[in-house]
Amino acid sequence: MKKSKFFESFMKYVFAVAACFSIAAVALICIFLFSSGIPTFKAIGLFKFLFGTLWRPGNDIYGILPMIVGSLYVTAGAILIGVPVGIMTSVFLTYYCPKKIYKPLKAATELLAGIPSVVYGFFGLIVIVPAIRNMELALHIHGKGNCILTASIILGIMILPSIIGVSESALRAVPHSYYEGSLAQGATKERTIFKVMLPAAASGVLAGIVLGVGRAIGETMAVVMIAGNQTKMPSSIFKGVRTMTANIVMEMGYATGLHREALIATGVVLFVFILLINAFVAAIKKKGVEHA
Amino acid sequence: MHNSLEKQKYPGSAFLKFLIYFCACLTFLVLIFLIAYILINGIPHINLDLFALKYTSDNASVIPALINTVVMTLLSLLLAVPIGIFSAIFLVEYAKRGNKLVEIVRMTTETLQGIPSIIYGLFGMLFFVNRLGWGFSIISGAFTLAIMILPLIMRTTEEALKSVPDLYREGSFGLGAGKLRTVFKIVLPAAMPGILAGIILAIGRIVGETAALIYTSGAVAKAAEGLFRPGRTLAIHMYLLASEGLYMDQAYATAGVLLVLVVGINALSAFIAKKITQA
Repeated sequence: MKKSKFFESFMKYVFAVAACFSIAAVALICIFLFSSGIPTFKAIGLFKFLFGTLWRPGNDIYGILPMIVGSLYVTAGAILIGVPVGIMTSVFLTYYCPKKIYKPLKAATELLAGIPSVVYGFFGLIVIVPAIRNMELALHIHGKGNCILTASIILGIMILPSIIGVSESALRAVPHSYYEGSLAQGATKERTIFKVMLPAAASGVLAGIVLGVGRAIGETMAVVMIAGNQTKMPSSIFKGVRTMTANIVMEMGYATGLHREALIATGVVLFVFILLINAFVAAIKKKGVEHA
Repeated sequence: MHNSLEKQKYPGSAFLKFLIYFCACLTFLVLIFLIAYILINGIPHINLDLFALKYTSDNASVIPALINTVVMTLLSLLLAVPIGIFSAIFLVEYAKRGNKLVEIVRMTTETLQGIPSIIYGLFGMLFFVNRLGWGFSIISGAFTLAIMILPLIMRTTEEALKSVPDLYREGSFGLGAGKLRTVFKIVLPAAMPGILAGIILAIGRIVGETAALIYTSGAVAKAAEGLFRPGRTLAIHMYLLASEGLYMDQAYATAGVLLVLVVGINALSAFIAKKITQA
């Protein structure tokens, strides 16, 4: 009897220790990234590193502003494309979708999330890049098809599942009486959805959008295959661009010394962006819980 | 005259309805087009050479990469599944409400979930490859991926455990079983399908992962001879084929294989999850 009691409490501690693994993982990731990144910021100069517009590893000049801007541009493009389509699709799934086809369509949106990013990148490379190239030819714009627009389209598709999923559950969480109340006042179904239901679900929808931002800014393989990867400041959406993630993947293979440190520091900057986005999502969620 | 009972025509209604249908169609057509395009262009290039046992620069065989993928998947699951399930058991069955530790664990798992795979790759390179001196190897990759899939397994297991009715637990306690016995003999078996669906979802992520592996498991095109040897998985293989540009036919074929594999894995997970909701 005593033995089993000991075992009971022993296993309780085993479970607790297992739960602490995720804390340890986050701590380790933070410690290793920051401890490798901060000396580099000092060596290069934080201001020079973040706001330098030249990236010339050969001459020991490391400025990642073009990459920061690149990441922000493709993310903004992805949001412009993915958010309206995603929200409209979630409205369709919630209010318009016939019951019979709801399950397959819902599964399809989940499938979209399961497709690996290399496959998205490959699809972009063989379908979207040539299409954009032909468009550029028709418009007499100089370009090869690997540009901000191409990356934005693919990223826009890639963030659809997060936006659709989160928006749909936010819409479904709005009390049905709102819907009936608005219809009873004589509003059309569309007006009800856009003036009553969507505003009521706003915080959930916003959380979905921010989640999409996180996915887009952190996406690596798809972007590296289609965005052109030039380290120049982009001057139009038909210009190639290199994101922070692409910078790491492209040069880490052969970089040494300060160059390698600078790439790790690029990762640290990206990590800070991601932490801010995560904190923002958590704040929105918390606010939503307090409201309910 | 204004009459609130009569249905007012809202000028944008028809247009909005059109937009809703248009966007929904766009989403699903893009998905169908993407899958169909990859498969239609990939399948004709699939031949026996692609499945030769040894990789040569002629055949660009996927078999070594496939073997590495299987080993990588098993190893990552071996590391992450017990920890993930145990953590979920702690969170659902043992921790009291409002426990500080639970709050911190929740916060960190959410953080882990939001971290992009390239950051995991960078961390894996700094910690497992360099600091621990494991070099570019299957084991470095597997540890990196284990951390990456941990939150996924924790979350799905948590949900599965929560969906087990309290009646089961009370019945088991009533019959004189201890807490531990109740958890392992009653609650876990009842939650198994949900846990399994989560594990299969994690397999899908491992198989499709590239950015976290490219600087942890290395890019050697051979089946790794040991856990401390480098080797590329199928997704890395696919990326390298496409970016080298020399093996476009094989790249099409490999994309097809990868897509079928991942879609199949996801479908299996959805199927199992559906089974639970019906039961």
